[in-house]
Amino acid sequence: MEVERETLRGRQLRARDLLRGDLEGKDLEEYVEERLLTTTLEKALNWGRANAVFPMTFGLACCAIEQISLVTSRYDIARFGAEAFRATPRQADLLILSGRVSIKMAPVVRRVYDQMLEPKWVMAMGACSSSGGMFANYAVVQGADKFMPVDIHVPGCPPRPEAVLHGFNKLQRLVRGKPDLGWRQRYNAIGTEEWARFESGEPTTEAIERAAQAVREQRDTRGGSAGVAEEPPDSWGTS
Amino acid sequence: MGNQLMPDAPGLELIAQGIEEGREGTVIETSVEHGKATLIVRPDGVLHTLSWLRDTPDQGYRFLSSLHAADYLPATPRFAVHYELLCRERVERINVKALLEDPADTNGDAEKLPELGSCVDLFPTAEFQEREAYDFFGIVFRGHPDLRRIAMPEDYVGWPQRRDFPIGGEPVLYTHNEIEAPRWFE
Repeated sequence: MEVERETLRGRQLRARDLLRGDLEGKDLEEYVEERLLTTTLEKALNWGRANAVFPMTFGLACCAIEQISLVTSRYDIARFGAEAFRATPRQADLLILSGRVSIKMAPVVRRVYDQMLEPKWVMAMGACSSSGGMFANYAVVQGADKFMPVDIHVPGCPPRPEAVLHGFNKLQRLVRGKPDLGWRQRYNAIGTEEWARFESGEPTTEAIERAAQAVREQRDTRGGSAGVAEEPPDSWGTS
Repeated sequence: MGNQLMPDAPGLELIAQGIEEGREGTVIETSVEHGKATLIVRPDGVLHTLSWLRDTPDQGYRFLSSLHAADYLPATPRFAVHYELLCRERVERINVKALLEDPADTNGDAEKLPELGSCVDLFPTAEFQEREAYDFFGIVFRGHPDLRRIAMPEDYVGWPQRRDFPIGGEPVLYTHNEIEAPRWFE
């Protein structure tokens, strides 16, 4: 923004007045209004989350090569704040399923996902992890969303890094704008977040137990699995 | 040299004769196809054949380069286990093919698996390859020290590389087959 010399000088003088304590009443109001941007805490939080995603260092098959080139200088996912690939699920927010998921690998993938901390997102990269792709056979899971929630699917075989970046931008938009539009709504799992979100105060042990009880009751009324009520609730409340 | 097949057809006959001398009725047939000299043997004569080829002084096929199974479903006998042997001194290769009946055909018991003697004692490298043949084709190798699945999950049911095993996957709707699913878009 171009600031003219006169305007800048005027602002400097007013700032000096403010610091001296000379600015009062209407002048002070105007000054403050000029320098403030109002938003909600939630929006600011989501904005921060969307622009500081730590993906998981996790390659499954050939798509992993494209995933690796995401961080090179040519494609440079650092432009969107996601260049810090973490080598442990405890520090990662985003799991990119880059390749086919074999039935032997599926429990491992699921375990990695379960070890990630909330909030967490999953991108199914390429045809294989979205639908099984060309591997329509006994050894490959026909789409990773058979056993875990997936937020965004990127088509391609393999998708180019630009496509993955586009998918990532969509994911950012989802995180920033309407985080509830993710898998939780689709899988009817709202309220099952692993962090405790309560009406008042810090989460306590009792509050967590209460939430777990609610999930158990919900599952019981949905029918089908009355016998498992004694077991600890699974994190989705869907089974 | 180069492309010359060794052992050639008469050489293969001599080998078959040598094996037959040790044990009558082992070799069913010899064949030279696709540049491969092959001895087709009865399943109970496999170990005799392999040890003869390994231990006879002027043969010396002491290297098992591959062991794999195959399913020739409409044919009987249905299964075959192929052994590819290599003589490293003369760079000569010979194949041994053991034909196996499917016991499910003969006595109607679908649970029964074809059996064959294990050659782990002759060639230690066969241990994992026999496990692979067991994993995918359900061929049991008698005398194998640790016969369990190697590639598929331990609790997997079925023998996935058999020809009568369903391919799996899910039907996908393309333009060429959407006529088979009328009004799929509803």
